[in-house]
Amino acid sequence: MGIRFILMVNKQGQTRLAQYYEWLTLEERRALEGEIVRKCLARNDQQCSFVEHRNYKIVYRRYASLFFLVGVDNDENELAILEFIHLLVETMDRHFGNVCELDIMFHLEKAHFMLEEMVMNGCIVETSKCNILSPIQLMDKTS
Amino acid sequence: MALSGMRGLSVFISDIRNCQNKEQERLRVDKELGNVRTRFKNEKGLTPYEKKKYVWKMLYIYMLGYDVDFGHMEAVSLISAPKYPEKQVALQSIGTTNMVGYIVTSSLLNENHDFLRLAINTVRNDIIGRNETFQCLALTMVGNIGGREFAESLAPDVQKLLISSSCRPLVRKKAALCLLRLFRKNPDVVNVDGWSDRMAQLLDERDLGVLTSSMSLLVALVSNNHEAYWSCLPKCVKTLERLARNQDIPQEYTYYGIPSPWLQVSVCVCVCNFLLSVISHTFRKRKNEILREVKTMRALQYFPTVEDPNTRRSLFEVLQRILMGTDVVKNVNKNNASHAVLFEALALVMHLDAENEMMSQCVALLGKFIAVREPNIRYLGLENMTRMLMVTDVHDIIKRHQAQIITSLKDPDISIRRRALDLLYGMCDVSNAKDIVEELLQYLSTADFAMREELSLKAAILAEKFAPDLSWYVDVILQLIDKAGDFVSDDIWFRVVQFVTNNEDLQPYAAAKAREYLDKPAIHETMVKVSAYLLGEYSHLLARRPGCSPKEIFSAIHEKLPTVSTTTIPILLSTYAKILMHTQPPDPELQKHVWAIFSKYESCIDVEIQQRAIEYFALSSKGAALMDILAEMPKFPERQSALIKKAEVAEVDTAEQSAIKLRAQQHMTNALVVTDQHSSNGTPQSVGQLSLVKIPSISGDVGSSCQEHTSADQELSQANGTLATVDPQPPSADLLGDLLGPLAIEGLPGAAVLSEPNAVSGLEGVPIPADDAAAIVPVEKDTNSVQPIGNINERFYALCLKDSGVLYEDPNIQIGIKAEWRAQHGRLVLFLGNKNTFPLLSVQALILPPVHLKIELSLVPETIPPRAQVQCPLEVMNLHPSRDVAVLDFSYKCGTSMANVKLRLPAVLNKFLQPITVSAEEFFPQWRSLSGPPLKLQEVVRGVRPLSLIDMANIFTSFQLTVCQGLDPNPNNLIASTTFYSETIRPMLCLIRIETDPTDRTQLRITVASGDPTLTFELMEFIKEQLAGIPTAPRPPAPPAAPGAQPTNPAAPVAQPTNPAALTDPGDLLAGLL
Repeated sequence: MGIRFILMVNKQGQTRLAQYYEWLTLEERRALEGEIVRKCLARNDQQCSFVEHRNYKIVYRRYASLFFLVGVDNDENELAILEFIHLLVETMDRHFGNVCELDIMFHLEKAHFMLEEMVMNGCIVETSKCNILSPIQLMDKTS
Repeated sequence: MALSGMRGLSVFISDIRNCQNKEQERLRVDKELGNVRTRFKNEKGLTPYEKKKYVWKMLYIYMLGYDVDFGHMEAVSLISAPKYPEKQVALQSIGTTNMVGYIVTSSLLNENHDFLRLAINTVRNDIIGRNETFQCLALTMVGNIGGREFAESLAPDVQKLLISSSCRPLVRKKAALCLLRLFRKNPDVVNVDGWSDRMAQLLDERDLGVLTSSMSLLVALVSNNHEAYWSCLPKCVKTLERLARNQDIPQEYTYYGIPSPWLQVSVCVCVCNFLLSVISHTFRKRKNEILREVKTMRALQYFPTVEDPNTRRSLFEVLQRILMGTDVVKNVNKNNASHAVLFEALALVMHLDAENEMMSQCVALLGKFIAVREPNIRYLGLENMTRMLMVTDVHDIIKRHQAQIITSLKDPDISIRRRALDLLYGMCDVSNAKDIVEELLQYLSTADFAMREELSLKAAILAEKFAPDLSWYVDVILQLIDKAGDFVSDDIWFRVVQFVTNNEDLQPYAAAKAREYLDKPAIHETMVKVSAYLLGEYSHLLARRPGCSPKEIFSAIHEKLPTVSTTTIPILLSTYAKILMHTQPPDPELQKHVWAIFSKYESCIDVEIQQRAIEYFALSSKGAALMDILAEMPKFPERQSALIKKAEVAEVDTAEQSAIKLRAQQHMTNALVVTDQHSSNGTPQSVGQLSLVKIPSISGDVGSSCQEHTSADQELSQANGTLATVDPQPPSADLLGDLLGPLAIEGLPGAAVLSEPNAVSGLEGVPIPADDAAAIVPVEKDTNSVQPIGNINERFYALCLKDSGVLYEDPNIQIGIKAEWRAQHGRLVLFLGNKNTFPLLSVQALILPPVHLKIELSLVPETIPPRAQVQCPLEVMNLHPSRDVAVLDFSYKCGTSMANVKLRLPAVLNKFLQPITVSAEEFFPQWRSLSGPPLKLQEVVRGVRPLSLIDMANIFTSFQLTVCQGLDPNPNNLIASTTFYSETIRPMLCLIRIETDPTDRTQLRITVASGDPTLTFELMEFIKEQLAGIPTAPRPPAPPAAPGAQPTNPAAPVAQPTNPAALTDPGDLLAGLL
């Protein structure tokens, strides 16, 4: 099933966005997030962007203070996910203009809408920034 | 928009952000939850806007990790908030209400939530409605959390949307992934006629969004039923070409100049799935298991290939283009994107039956990757090398990179180190085991704690499997304990003790080593345990060496006593008792000292210690009795290495798990081979004699499910005195037999063996090899001419009547068979047992199926390790009635000789019959309605074997025909009925009437009727053959076995339990008499 979850966590380890594509109980989520955030945040630039954790592989990327962590199946293409993160960031950038942690915090719903346009049930739906953003722009216009 | 107006929510979020600590955050959250809860209680007053706001707050709180156990209904209710799509102005405020409902619902609820069912109608209305926004929302939610009920009620609508020409791509791409979800919940909803054509059409789609989603859908469909979607394969290749050549790709879909890398990856995965699912579909296995089998499949040329030459050529061209055309560029994103495609192409080449050149290009690329600076590429290089190792025979080329891989073991990044460890573990074999294991040991002292346990487990397993000699194995394990005692589980030291106990040659060496370690100043407690144990058992073998007198050994061990915990003290006490026992003549001073220790622990609070102290004290004052009781430990029965079992269970990632299983299945554990030779060399008797007693003990390996039976079996043979009289050293024989244990890989379903006690008792306690359980029988002197043992034909006929037994046997190999039949399907397992002490090479098994049978044989390893037994499952499907027989073309190389046999497989007509009882009311109308040829045939047969009616009835019963008593008024006639199952015609009732002449039993009139002319004809011929031509008369049926005996085929009368057949089987008889 490809993508299992997408997390955005700042460098203090606070979750800014969490989207799961498989059902985990709250306790499981808390434990999982705690463990992987600890693992990933401790890594440096010289290390690779992949961390194995339980039966997941975490592909992560850091942008300033914000970490994007994507949990995938073991046979998922790691580099493709790594660039998908970048596509997500570029898309948010196009919408917010120089996106930062606060944009995601205070426009949680927009971040969710964007993700919703890009990923569905753990599969990639859309990779064109125009197409991803057009429903959101439509809403912005009518409001 | 949505949130910009929600001041309350923004305030809440910044409040949370300003919290100094977790406690403050919790307080703020609790306050907010209380607030929301009260507002929801008097719901009447809530505006849609407020509801929306609170629901977002709930989502936010939930995301922070706090439980939100209320308000789910409110979220769901937003989905069905009133919609006024005709009023454009209202779209924003009301439209987003639904949107919030959908999004929050998919985040908070799971598919089993009751509230979700309430929304199913609203959701459906949105999907079939004309408003695109709502369609998308509904499809997305169903795609994310829709369950089985959604699948059943929505699948047709979603399918319609996906292929609708009036629908815009933005709806259709969501419909594709929504359908994927529904398909996963219930595959039947998509398996409708013509859908594969629709999928093929979808692949012509110009819109890349729709194409991306459809490709994900196709990947799943193909894994489930590759045949139906085979027509999509050329289109996939075309799509890949279009992308790789950057033809007609909208600018929006190129990413740093690479045409949608994600779609390219997805197409490669899809093509790969086509190839893999051919295997998976047949054997219903998980991907990892399939990967492991691919290697063997290729060797057998069963590997599915892309048949169409044009498609094949295009695919190779485009892969070649990707492999060769991917350059390293400065831009990181572009580099990653192009390498994402490259790695996926590499994976595809591995699974394609590609030319060797392409494969070596891949290995060369990977070899380059593992040495680059960029850590991601290094990681992926190692990972893909491990994968490649599993599917192709590239051991030798990969070994060239061993030095680089070992360097990666010291990489600063733990992710890379893990990959390197995994790869080293996978590439280890006899030739490089010493280097690799010693490298692992060296690394162990500096490895991080997170890896030490895994590292020591792997080192232990490799040392055990590939030990060039056993003393090296002992060295490795002791070093392991010395360096990483905390991470060495008990299993590891138990294992080394087992090996030493079972190998006399090793005992002095191990004892001497243990003694050396005791001299070290600080040793790990596990080392104390293992040293104490070994010295207790074997220190007397060292008696003449300096520093090894009983006294010195005792004090060396006793020195450690103050440092150990209560779990080790009992071991030390046993050691003391043993040392005491071995000290001949007794040393009074030592005795006094030890007794003092025993009496000190007599009042110990730990029960185990107390008991041992008291007992040893009492025993050691008894003198001679001590010798008997504390005699050397008997040899351990060998079982599957607990380590390997543990490694399988351990929570390791799947790639590494499969590497372990790969090992367990495909490689003979070398250490076992060594042991094997040792014990046969070590014992004075010849191999031939040894083999005599192995038979009963081998059946002990059948599997845990039948342990009870096994012990009974062994008791039986012991009671009979066979073991005692024939073999002066039963334990070593036992060891030999049990050494084969791990190789009887999965064990058999208990049902298969349940009938065995009958078989044994039927033969008055003479142990027979459980032929279906362990196809390994006495080892003969090696001969070059390969003559079958027993009559192949007789074996075949016997197997036509029963479901398990020996199909073929010669001095080198025994092929056993076990089958389960259900309607038109059959599952056979071939048990290939190597009887020799050396491996059988170039093993090949090909099935030559007749047209009416579809047979797929799974992995047959090229090499069968010494004394190993491998199981090869075989799936059979009956397409239409025919008496033709499938042939197994089996060959192997044994030493210099090449043996080849063609064996008929007992997948014969009667296996697809199931007995059915018909009453007179059912029989006669049916009989009359089938009035004549070709549906009803009648023939007079002369010259048949004279049989009494009872014998004939028994034969019929054994062929799954029900003999219907009393239907025919003439007592000399016989009526039988059965049902025939095949894939092409529905289950078919067959009626048979035999008229006999009491004065001349050699002639019969046979009438056969069924609803299918071919079936009637074939059945008639079949019966004629059976009545006229069976060489040995099957014995009258024994009383039917207990109903549970053959649960897989409940209707089948157990007319032929194994005993009569075994009697008629000369090979078995021979083995039994021996």
